[in-house]
Amino acid sequence: MEALLHAARYTGYVYPNETIILWGILIVIYPYITGIVAGSFTVATFYHVFGVPRFKPVARFALLTSLAFMIFVPVPLLLHLGHPERALNVMLTPHLTSAFAAFGFFAAFYVILVMLEIWFAYREDIVAMARDRKGLLRQFYRALTLGSDEISATTRAYDAKWLKALAITGIVGAHGLHGYVGFVFGSLKSREWWGSDLMPAIFLVSAIISGISILIVLYVLTSRFRKTPIDGACMKGLAYLLWGFLIFAMVLEFLEFANIVYKGREGIDTVMALIAGPLWFGVWVLQVGGSVMAFFILTYVIWRGTQDKHLVVGVTVSAVLVLLAVLAMRWNVVIGGQELSKTMQGLLVYVPPVWGREGVLIVATIFALPFGMLWGLTRLFPPWVPNQGQLPEK
Amino acid sequence: MKWKISEHQPGRRRFMRLLGRAIVYAGAALVSVGLMGRRGLAAAIPALSTTGYDWTKHRWGFGVDATRCIGCLRCVEACKTENGVARDAHHFRTWVERYVYLKGEKKPRVDSQQDPGNITASGSEKEYRFDNRYQDAKIEKAFFVPKLCNQCEHPPCVQVCPVGATFRTPDGVVLIDHNYCIGCQYCVQACPYGVRLFNHEHGVTDKCTWCYHRITRGLKPACVEVCPTNARIFGDQNDPESPISKFIRENRTRVLKPEMGTSPNVFYVGLDKEVM
Repeated sequence: MEALLHAARYTGYVYPNETIILWGILIVIYPYITGIVAGSFTVATFYHVFGVPRFKPVARFALLTSLAFMIFVPVPLLLHLGHPERALNVMLTPHLTSAFAAFGFFAAFYVILVMLEIWFAYREDIVAMARDRKGLLRQFYRALTLGSDEISATTRAYDAKWLKALAITGIVGAHGLHGYVGFVFGSLKSREWWGSDLMPAIFLVSAIISGISILIVLYVLTSRFRKTPIDGACMKGLAYLLWGFLIFAMVLEFLEFANIVYKGREGIDTVMALIAGPLWFGVWVLQVGGSVMAFFILTYVIWRGTQDKHLVVGVTVSAVLVLLAVLAMRWNVVIGGQELSKTMQGLLVYVPPVWGREGVLIVATIFALPFGMLWGLTRLFPPWVPNQGQLPEK
Repeated sequence: MKWKISEHQPGRRRFMRLLGRAIVYAGAALVSVGLMGRRGLAAAIPALSTTGYDWTKHRWGFGVDATRCIGCLRCVEACKTENGVARDAHHFRTWVERYVYLKGEKKPRVDSQQDPGNITASGSEKEYRFDNRYQDAKIEKAFFVPKLCNQCEHPPCVQVCPVGATFRTPDGVVLIDHNYCIGCQYCVQACPYGVRLFNHEHGVTDKCTWCYHRITRGLKPACVEVCPTNARIFGDQNDPESPISKFIRENRTRVLKPEMGTSPNVFYVGLDKEVM
């Protein structure tokens, strides 16, 4: 038993029960995945709701990405529970004062919503594939038509209307889902590092930038793989989007940190020791360094009107930096909060185990699964086919 | 009627009707299952009354006189034995902190029985002793502070439990239903005092209950029972002559981290400003 417990090293004084850090990397990856869900959905809504035509090439792919990641959001949570078999109690007998109690409902609502959204976005293709494919696949698509195989100007308008209505609801759903994750941490008064009013907003904006970034990376990679030229206007649009939200995220994160330092409440010395010690690399190199570098690259690209290959390289590098920065931010919040003792007079150091349920291998696998799922989804629902299942031209 | 696509859509309409019905039935099923769960909990309450204990008649309270504590750690020992808490250096329902101000130093040095030095002194994680590290030091001031669950009036741990597995009893003790706890550990994070622990063996959260199984039978909590100096005081706040009522009446007490708004029910005497 004892060999399975990873006691954390500590300095100063920490409460005895704090010496085993309970929320490990499984809980780091959970808001990371949820963030990608919300972020990629945001990109889709820029096309479906706000009608920005340059996002058309990635709009449907963004929806599939959101769904693929959403399906795996509950996995780290379930793996983390001491009694996963009781997980459904959260929905059967929710304790309404708990932020966690809302998770099942938020998640279920959102999954259904995204599936509906995808159905409407692909309805024309599904009808076409039910007609053209053979064998089992034909049956699959036929079942998916839900008995409605009519394609006409009227049905197109009808689909577009639902697509928009669902996307508008989805904005609330996806952002609510992630704002709520921020609330899970921000609403706790027990931990100085978490209990901040800005936490939900920070989680939300960093979610959006992580979603945009993963779309950029995936779009570039898949385009190369498919030997299709990358749509310059779309790439530029994604760059603008990432740049704008990145500034927003950096300002919020700075304000949050400035608040802690400026207020300088009891234990501020320990907070400063935390970011100079256990969190040094995560905060200064990955989170701050990564964000600032991505900001400068994007600013340069936008300012100079960079085109073609340089645009793609610059934006992709920024996207990778942002992905790392957001992952570091999740770590800095989840792990950092627990490394700072509730006594405010001690620091712990968390070292993730490689093996075991909470280990690096499991977490890496969980993070790889959505990509596999996304690959499968793109096989069933090709997102790149032009001029089908899209908004009618204005 | 913009929602209609064309006139001949009985299939879709029928589907929508069926879907609507399915949702209503599923909802009804969920609600009834939920109610059954709640009824199960309610059924457990009369079982308590067979012991002749009425939890509406008591309001338990706990006092700690830090000036009396000698750091013998018999309370920690008794608690681990009484409640079957894991015998290691990471799981405690109660513990004792040692504060030592050395001459010339502004801040106290703090440690507890789980400190590696103390474990070396006791010889094992299963035994508890404070070592003699300050034997030759010039000490300005030193004292011990026992810690345990504060059984708050407004417990953040209860607030955050997603399934309501932890609750506050009418007699003022926060308990956990181990058969209902899902083991998410959110309550451990929410407790400002660090008194909640995770039972890694059974996958559920655990905490000090003031030995609820004992106090409801007229006994004292194990830690109070074994304390050789009466540093731990326990009783019914509804009874003006109980040890705790006297303790609160005769002393100027304070609670830990009052700024958290939790309204703790462990009342301390003899704390210094550095105690957290």
